[in-house]
Amino acid sequence: MTKIFVDGKAYEVKADQSLLQACLSLGLNLPYFCWHPALGSVGACRQCAVKQFRDEKDTRGRLVMSCMTPAADGTRISIEDAEAAAFRKGIIEGLMLNHPHDCPVCDEGGECHLQDMTVMTGHDYRRTRFPKRTFHNQYLGPLINHEMNRCIQCYRCVRYYREYAGGHDFDAFSSRSQVYFGRYQDGVLENEFAGNLVEICPTGVFTDKTLKRHYTRKWDLQFGPSVCVHCGLGCNISAGERYGTLRRIVNRYNGEVNGYFLCDRGRFGYEFVNSAERLKQPLQRQDGKLQPISKARALEALAGLLADPKKVIGIGSPRASLEANYALRALVGADRFYTGLSASAARLTAVALEMLRRGPARTPSLGEIERADAVLILGEDVTNVAPRMALALRQSVRQQPMRKADQLKIPRWLDHPVRELAQDQKGPLYIATPAATRLDDVATETYRAAPDKIARLGYAVAHALDAGAPDVAGLSEAERSLAARIAEALKSAERPLVVSGPSLNSEAILQAAANVARALSAAGRAPSLSLTAPECNTLGVTMIGGGSLADAFQAVKSGSADTVIILENDLYRRASARAVDEFFSSARHIVLLDSVTTPTVQKAELVLPAATFAESDGTLVSSEGRAQRFFEVYPPVGEIQSSWRWLRDIMMAAGRREAAAWQDLDAVVASVSDGIPALAAVAQAAPSASFRLAGAKIPREPHRYSGRTAMLANINVSEPKPPEDSDSSLAFSMEGVFAQPPASLIPFFWSPGWNSIQSVNKFQEEIAGPLRGGDPGVRLLEPSAAEPRAYFTPASEPTSGSAGEWLLVPLYHIFGSEELSRLAPGIAELSPQPYVALNPEDANALGVQEETSVTLSLESVSRTLPVKLMPGLARGLAGLPAGILPIEGSGLPAWSRISRA
Amino acid sequence: MEKVLTRYIQPDGVPLDARAYEQAGGYQSVPKALKMAPKEVTEIVKQSNLRGRGGAGFPTGMKWTFVPTGPNAPHPKYLCANADEMEPGTFKDRLLLESAPHQLIEGMIVAAYAIEADVAYIFVRGEYVLAIERLQKAVAEAYNAGYLGQNILGSGFSLQMYVHASGGRYMCGEETGLLNALEGKRANPRTKPPFPQVSGLFGKPTIVQNVETLSNLPHILNHGPEWFKGLSKSEDAGTKLYGVSGKVKRPGLWELPMGTTIRELLEEHAGGMQEGLAFRGVLPGGASTDFLTAQHLDVKMDFGGVQKAGSRLGTGTMIVLDDRTCPVGMVRNLEHFFAQESCGWCTPCWSGLSWAEQILTSIEEGRGRPEDLEELEFICKFCAPGNTFCALAPGAVEPLQSALKYFREDFERHILAQHCPWRTH
Repeated sequence: MTKIFVDGKAYEVKADQSLLQACLSLGLNLPYFCWHPALGSVGACRQCAVKQFRDEKDTRGRLVMSCMTPAADGTRISIEDAEAAAFRKGIIEGLMLNHPHDCPVCDEGGECHLQDMTVMTGHDYRRTRFPKRTFHNQYLGPLINHEMNRCIQCYRCVRYYREYAGGHDFDAFSSRSQVYFGRYQDGVLENEFAGNLVEICPTGVFTDKTLKRHYTRKWDLQFGPSVCVHCGLGCNISAGERYGTLRRIVNRYNGEVNGYFLCDRGRFGYEFVNSAERLKQPLQRQDGKLQPISKARALEALAGLLADPKKVIGIGSPRASLEANYALRALVGADRFYTGLSASAARLTAVALEMLRRGPARTPSLGEIERADAVLILGEDVTNVAPRMALALRQSVRQQPMRKADQLKIPRWLDHPVRELAQDQKGPLYIATPAATRLDDVATETYRAAPDKIARLGYAVAHALDAGAPDVAGLSEAERSLAARIAEALKSAERPLVVSGPSLNSEAILQAAANVARALSAAGRAPSLSLTAPECNTLGVTMIGGGSLADAFQAVKSGSADTVIILENDLYRRASARAVDEFFSSARHIVLLDSVTTPTVQKAELVLPAATFAESDGTLVSSEGRAQRFFEVYPPVGEIQSSWRWLRDIMMAAGRREAAAWQDLDAVVASVSDGIPALAAVAQAAPSASFRLAGAKIPREPHRYSGRTAMLANINVSEPKPPEDSDSSLAFSMEGVFAQPPASLIPFFWSPGWNSIQSVNKFQEEIAGPLRGGDPGVRLLEPSAAEPRAYFTPASEPTSGSAGEWLLVPLYHIFGSEELSRLAPGIAELSPQPYVALNPEDANALGVQEETSVTLSLESVSRTLPVKLMPGLARGLAGLPAGILPIEGSGLPAWSRISRA
Repeated sequence: MEKVLTRYIQPDGVPLDARAYEQAGGYQSVPKALKMAPKEVTEIVKQSNLRGRGGAGFPTGMKWTFVPTGPNAPHPKYLCANADEMEPGTFKDRLLLESAPHQLIEGMIVAAYAIEADVAYIFVRGEYVLAIERLQKAVAEAYNAGYLGQNILGSGFSLQMYVHASGGRYMCGEETGLLNALEGKRANPRTKPPFPQVSGLFGKPTIVQNVETLSNLPHILNHGPEWFKGLSKSEDAGTKLYGVSGKVKRPGLWELPMGTTIRELLEEHAGGMQEGLAFRGVLPGGASTDFLTAQHLDVKMDFGGVQKAGSRLGTGTMIVLDDRTCPVGMVRNLEHFFAQESCGWCTPCWSGLSWAEQILTSIEEGRGRPEDLEELEFICKFCAPGNTFCALAPGAVEPLQSALKYFREDFERHILAQHCPWRTH
């Protein structure tokens, strides 16, 4: 700690930060533009000027930029000094010379950092009388809107896009007052994290194009603190609604998870909630067609189906909440509950869970991944499977080079000097995958091979780290020396990390990753092991426990069950169409609860409309093992309700009186916590519904929310009573106390004078630190202190197909591979069409070119697909887009012949 | 007076080739320096009191002492000759580049040896086509003669030298903008500290030095620091290339003792004002220095003297304003240049200078308003040293702020008459 003096008052602040950061951490208002807590200081905008005094006697002082000046012990500054204040006001005037002042028609209006800072500095009159410069606005794709005339040249966008997110197709062009931020020509922004530009830009140059289609000002949105459902990382989001449609997603800061940033799938995938594919009322199959029925009739029908409970099984879902899965389990009985995961996914997740419980490696948070200083990725295309993790890994490669800056006493927050010193140096990052990945540009080395060979490289790394770890035979000299280099890099790191996961359906890869972690531990390191999870609650439903989908199929096939209740699950994505069809035709009754129309709906006898994340509450367990609560953004409309409520109603209808206790979320959470020892801590993921902030509920709506009395006047002139929320301490209201709620209950960030998302500054214990009271979520997985398990033993040889066969491997796409986000029009537009990828040399040998139709066979089904040449793909492999072809669950990798169609 | 910097310059301006240069006494400082310890070379330069000739006047020897040396120093280390002469009115380095390239190379070898640099770049203004051609030839000759490359003159010291033609921005002449440009990046200035001596080109210790500064080094090594100090008429050592442009009888460039007065330069060397024109003022050190007027004619053109008079020695090449030229128009031209050359990094510079240009244009074109002068004064303060990221904007407003002081009535006449009094229609 050091002591600084601000306007004559002494403060204790953390050392090693800039004055700007120190002042903001103290809650003082100091305007800024070019600085961003995740991007550091560069001194471009000159907005944060303060007066600095040499000592007590110095009364003249001099202007310094607080972002560029360290908070050294004894520093004396004044924010209020007249000259400093006048200069800051002047900066706004300078920025405003060319700003169009189009706030009324600008999507940023009402949450614009430029507006906030303008008001803060007191600038209110622009003296210039000259024409403003104008620019061409670019088409940047379906997700982001470009309006360059509003630009104030703070350089945050280009620094974020190029230096932080690693994008290449965006830059600062031209000079003087005409610097242009965009692409070299119109086109879709290539970076998967481009959506953060919407929040990085302090004004309305980059805005959310999906919001534009159903625009609402921030102050008119009703928000819910939520958790992203589009991958397993559990990024925290703040979702906004008006008039019953979900309007947009913004980042909800969680210092340990997503920090300041989301991926574009997470930000823009939300539109599935508004999709025409939504199921809105109960449906019953009559005369072969699904017909709407009332809730009462649906429940009546269900009560009949459940007359013989011994014949009923339940299929849960990795994309449904713990509460919904648990309620289904309670309805059918633990031994008749199946997780809904395919046999292979269930096995791999169970293996992963066991590894993380046994240790010795610890599952890291995304924040810890960002701070890792040597990384080995085994088998995962992180950008496309767990996107936000890729952004964290991109920062991890800066850890080792930053030590050089420490030696020269260049503060880490002084962004450009640190980067200029490091130049292109990157810390160790080794990537072993079948195909090129979007992180290759920062990788130390990459290794392209089939899944089995990737696993074998991992085993070799473990053996190189610890001679006690089993070795593999048959590695080439090059592979062995690569393994040695990886081992050396991990061993000499302070915070080594192994990333792996189930994406290639390979248990061997997971075991190899566990061996590397175990060997690192044997070598005296404290390794982290991050295993991706494909869906938002894969880990959670696995922790509840239950058989796999294959087991469920078996139960029906064997005749021990004939009625199936499926929870938020499209079985066609998890098993071959033949197996699912057979299952459906052998089951007598199929009941489905889901929010969107899927192929499974077409097989159901009874369909109940389930709420999406936006209309329900629940708990999800992320791949980190962090249980996080998501809350309703708005009440479900009509017959739609949370799955757990449907399941409760079904139980009640079937005379199961114990369900009567489930009147609200807390009661279900308590049941989960009591019923599943591994999930005992989930109740602590967020405060219970009885929590009150200064005696009141927490408003979901900003206090300026407009139209409360008028917005439904076309239906009824009497203002309706606001809906009650018995499930949380949040209210569907604008009324409440302005105070900071507990971190997991913050619906949106706002603070007086800080209308933009930058108001998060006011909610943190210190800038870029945890939210006050601790970041949301509770970690469920810590490695046990017990003796670590023995090393896994590799298979004696990698698997091989017969002559002329290709190994088909899944290739993941951030846009397209995930089920729900595909229903968002913007995401759909960016999703690839089905293809089969081949290395150009392999294609050459096959005599095929780009777009040539080829035929391959998978589980005896023949498919014709166009060829896509993929230079980074390992030889001998053929890549198929995961989740895009209807062959998700059919168990890639698989061997097949490929021939010209 | 003893010729120093111009000693090797032939009347036709064609440079001596390596052999002729050697015969004329060139390259003697190289073996001399290589026999000394690098620190001794630095010490001599320190004692000589040589100050940077690029404009800032930082003591050269002292700058070198900030470079980490010895066995643990990071390598490669770099030396950059700043030959990006783009200051309006300044054409002194051009003479040295075009007509004495070997002198520069020799000086660079000495400097590189002193800081134990491995690689040297000559960063030349792209428009100096002839200079680039002659430098490339001279560098090739120096390699052939064994003054560059591996193990120079058997000393164990090696130096690679490259000529780099600038893509062309005023900003590239700023020490750290130059480094960014050399790295292939936008020529934005860099944060200081860390200074380039510690983390410069490609993150390695680097010295950036003006052409004229470097060209002095062989002579200092050959004749010693005391001799160098004795060349001057003032406390700043050595000679200086002084230039005069504007409507004088003989505009030109002269090597004269440091501390020569403005009057001597104007009247004796430049021959006074052209017939029928009267002197009104002068930008003493290039476009980015404050105006001086008739009351300052006896000011000595050295670092301290010009500063005391309220301006800067800058590059020592003055632009003269006469009574038949509109001062508002002149300043408008300058601010047009500076606004255009702003890199666009910091707000006061990119916004303030373009605003100033707009106001000046409007005054000059007869659309001025009384409050314009207040706004121009605001911009001058807005762009003051410390308020901006680098020295471009503070320099850019120097002619403006001093014109507002010395020629205020001319601005007011423009505004009152809604017309430029120097325009005939």
